[in-house]
Amino acid sequence: MTAATLAPTVFVPVARDRATTWVAAGALAALALVPWGLEGGASSLALALRGELVHVVLVALTALAVVCAWRGAARVTAIAAGLAVVWAFAAGFAAGVKGTSFGAGAAIALVALVACFARAIARRGAFKGDPTVATIVVVVAALLAIFIFFPVGNVLSAAMFDDKGAFAPGLAASRLFAADIWEMQCLTGGVHCGVAINSAVLATLVGFLSTFVGLVLALVVQRGGRRYAAVTKVMSILPIVTPPFVIALALVVLFGRTGLVTAILNDVFGIPRSRWIYGLPGVALAQLLTFSPIAFLLLHGALAAISPALEEAAQTLRASRWRIFRTVTLPLLKPALANAFLLGFVESLADFGNPIVLAGNYEVLSTKIFFAIAGAQHEPGRAAALAVVLLGLTLVAFWLQQRWIGKLSYVTVTGKGDSGLHALLPPWLRRACFSFAVAWFVFTIACYAVILTGGLVKDIGRGDMTLTLHHLSQGFAIDPSSRATMFVGSAWDSLFTTLQVAAISAPLTAIVGLLSAYVITRHRFAGRRAFEFLTMVSFAIPGTVIGVSYIVAFNVAPLELTGGMAILVLCFVFRNMPVGVRAGIAALAQIDKTLDEASSTLRASTTRTLTRVVLPLLKPAIVATLVFSFTHAMTAVSAVIFLATAKYNLATVYIINRVEAGEYPLAIAYSSVLIFIMLAILLGVQALVGETRLGRRATPMLAGGG
Amino acid sequence: MADPQGGVVFDHVTKRYGAVTAVDDVSFTVAQGHLVTLLGPSGCGKTTTLRMVAGLEPVSGGRVLIGGNDVTLRAANERDVSMVFQSYALFPHMTVLENACYGPLAMGTDKAKARELAREKLAMLGLAEFENRLPSELSGGQQQRVAVARSLVLEPAVLLFDEPLSNLDAKLRRRVREEIRELQQSLKLTVLYVTHDQEEALAVSDHIIVMNGGRIAQEGAPEDLYERPVSRFLADFIGDANLVDGELAPDTHGASFAAGGVALPVHAHGMAAGPATLAIRPQRLVLGDPGPGIPGSVKRVAYLGSRVEYVVATAWGELLIFDGDVHRLRRRDEAVAVTFAPDAAIVLPR
Repeated sequence: MTAATLAPTVFVPVARDRATTWVAAGALAALALVPWGLEGGASSLALALRGELVHVVLVALTALAVVCAWRGAARVTAIAAGLAVVWAFAAGFAAGVKGTSFGAGAAIALVALVACFARAIARRGAFKGDPTVATIVVVVAALLAIFIFFPVGNVLSAAMFDDKGAFAPGLAASRLFAADIWEMQCLTGGVHCGVAINSAVLATLVGFLSTFVGLVLALVVQRGGRRYAAVTKVMSILPIVTPPFVIALALVVLFGRTGLVTAILNDVFGIPRSRWIYGLPGVALAQLLTFSPIAFLLLHGALAAISPALEEAAQTLRASRWRIFRTVTLPLLKPALANAFLLGFVESLADFGNPIVLAGNYEVLSTKIFFAIAGAQHEPGRAAALAVVLLGLTLVAFWLQQRWIGKLSYVTVTGKGDSGLHALLPPWLRRACFSFAVAWFVFTIACYAVILTGGLVKDIGRGDMTLTLHHLSQGFAIDPSSRATMFVGSAWDSLFTTLQVAAISAPLTAIVGLLSAYVITRHRFAGRRAFEFLTMVSFAIPGTVIGVSYIVAFNVAPLELTGGMAILVLCFVFRNMPVGVRAGIAALAQIDKTLDEASSTLRASTTRTLTRVVLPLLKPAIVATLVFSFTHAMTAVSAVIFLATAKYNLATVYIINRVEAGEYPLAIAYSSVLIFIMLAILLGVQALVGETRLGRRATPMLAGGG
Repeated sequence: MADPQGGVVFDHVTKRYGAVTAVDDVSFTVAQGHLVTLLGPSGCGKTTTLRMVAGLEPVSGGRVLIGGNDVTLRAANERDVSMVFQSYALFPHMTVLENACYGPLAMGTDKAKARELAREKLAMLGLAEFENRLPSELSGGQQQRVAVARSLVLEPAVLLFDEPLSNLDAKLRRRVREEIRELQQSLKLTVLYVTHDQEEALAVSDHIIVMNGGRIAQEGAPEDLYERPVSRFLADFIGDANLVDGELAPDTHGASFAAGGVALPVHAHGMAAGPATLAIRPQRLVLGDPGPGIPGSVKRVAYLGSRVEYVVATAWGELLIFDGDVHRLRRRDEAVAVTFAPDAAIVLPR
């Protein structure tokens, strides 16, 4: 026999592909029936019949895609669908401000056309011939391109143009290297530093201190000789349920000029009242309290992962406890320490809630960007330049983390489970750590106590502790007499919008994130690494940058979204998506790939495998992602402060506005309501999921093939 | 002879991963009703071959035929094969019955009929009473049987086994492999079976294909492979063998093999004179008191009850010898002579 002819290295489906036809037909139906533009009105087909060339071409291409999909001509289907999408966007952007903004019809038709394109190229052999995988990858990548890369790229280039839209590299350079960004006088004895230097100094300080606090607390819990399960639990919940400005509020109430502690210090010790809390010390303290739980969780995990056998080995080699800590435990912890530092650094850079309450004259990038947009002088070009600087600093930190920490990491978890006991700290160190931890907890508890009680007294900011329901009723009064406007409190609108936005965005985040995780972990296709990077990249973009980008990019046709609720939902979905992807990847790593293969050899299609095997096994990851994205949507400030409007206001933005107006009691009352809502959701879900985990469907056989 | 059209035809198949060739121009046939084993060390391409039959990996070149149809371009869910995975791959969130129903339901069979088909196969494997259990509530052996039942429900043209016994303990392994063989013979199943365990392969197979480095090293009936290996690799891989490098020379009786200054008669089987390797099974070597043969001295002794294993230092190097005479134990450093029957040794090209 002669040498075999080379077959293509993909599988070709046998049956006529009905699904592609249906998807294309769906696009055509949307063009024919659903209003094309944002303001409603005529559908694309109606516009085409009126003779509008743009829509004639669009409808014709879509119709061609339907016919070719039905006849199985995959190549022409792909070309027609792809061209239709490109045409719609090109025509939309060419028309610019005067054109129609994409509405429901456009959204449905364009997504369907992208899916149709993906399925058609899969039939031509792309993505190993798997149309489901092709659809997920292409649609998610297209959405990321529109909702992350287009706006962020837009803002980066906006820094290059002057107010009239002309290209101005000189202006860009002067904006990017302006003295008020980079000035370093304060380091050499001067008064002021540039915002970038301010931000970097603050971030470095917070990075170091939060790592230190995290380490001390982790040592107490992991090497203190007693079990502190409750501590770990509280620390893992606090960052989730605390909106990012709550600690700052509490600090103002405690240490402001008229604060509770300030008053005591003044009365008892005669220390004069001052405004020291407004500025670097205050913001640093607030961020430290806000972010050290995250450092704690990271270091707690790292300490637990160090094999006890290593410390026991050192013990049998006659090392003292201090020597073990110094020569074994601490060196093994180095990568985690570096990681915790960088995480604190990045969180501090991106933080908006604490600086806006406490920074005072100490300007940082995130708030400066906001004021450049929302302040007295509206300077989008300057905001863009500042956003470039902030993004640059963040990316450098992430790059360092990837480059440097990746190489540092020691593998301390081996295949075999080592039993044994971790070495205890030397007694003096244990006592020191323990005292510090107690002090830290007292401080934290004081902060939360202020928030939880502040809403129920007359004016906690001035020490007036008369009990009152006035603030709560101001925000959350209910008037049962009038049915139409039963919720008369001023905070209800924003609370309802927040819950609605969170409830819509959470499932969308979970779907987009977990489907992406599924194709990344389970399928090999060209560009898989690039796709994984794309899905993760929005994690590294500070919320303020996203907020500015959205307001600049989505303000005009064809993508006009500002002022609506959709932009809030989209913002949350694409900002929280990396968490869904990570949770999905971690969960899928636990589920043996042969389960998918078994399903496939039992004649199930990829879609059936996904719905019957993968998704049911991913339930814990789905719940985790839902809870995370829901609570995150309720606590986020930095991005949405640009996007919320009077009509669609969000809880956090409402609270920030109250703080700006000096209405601390109402802000505090609302914050405590938010915290209670999120605690209820979190603990409720944990109770539900915890129970099913104990049930008999709980212990999945996570087979390890070979 | 059964009809090869009903089974698997693997026709000049190649699999490349980038620059690496995992399977290199491999052709073989699994005749209907036969159990054929792919045997080889890890990384030899046997599992890749099995996965290409299943449709879990696309081929880079060549053709795959199942039941006479060219399925080269068909994905796994469009091929008439089922696979029993090494990890069993039972869906942990489904009961035994739901697992067994999975195939028919995926093919669009209605629920009642699917259950009927599933129950029939579960009963055949003695699992009727476990149908409402979850896989995690079964023992390893039971899980293995559920995996077999699940893949039998669709009555595939070919059943594939990927190292099905490797997750079982040694005693269970023997029993389960007998069960698989019995089931295969009673249902006249066409089976392609992958293992790295040569004893398992010898025990269950009609036909064994030994793979090495992505190619077929030798194929044949179990006894052929054991008695007549064609290369040094095969002699060493299947069973234990002493391998001695030396010279093959013509002799008055036929041929003799010389190494380390000692020459003994062998059957050349058409091998030309010149450098050669001699392969001798340890149980075919005979240990005697000093005399004719290869002189040597005992270096190590291991008493195993049913036999004694000796390592003897000789002019032919260290030889491993299994001696059935457990009552005549030889001591360390005892002087001995090693002999063998001329037809006991296999002459291989060097």
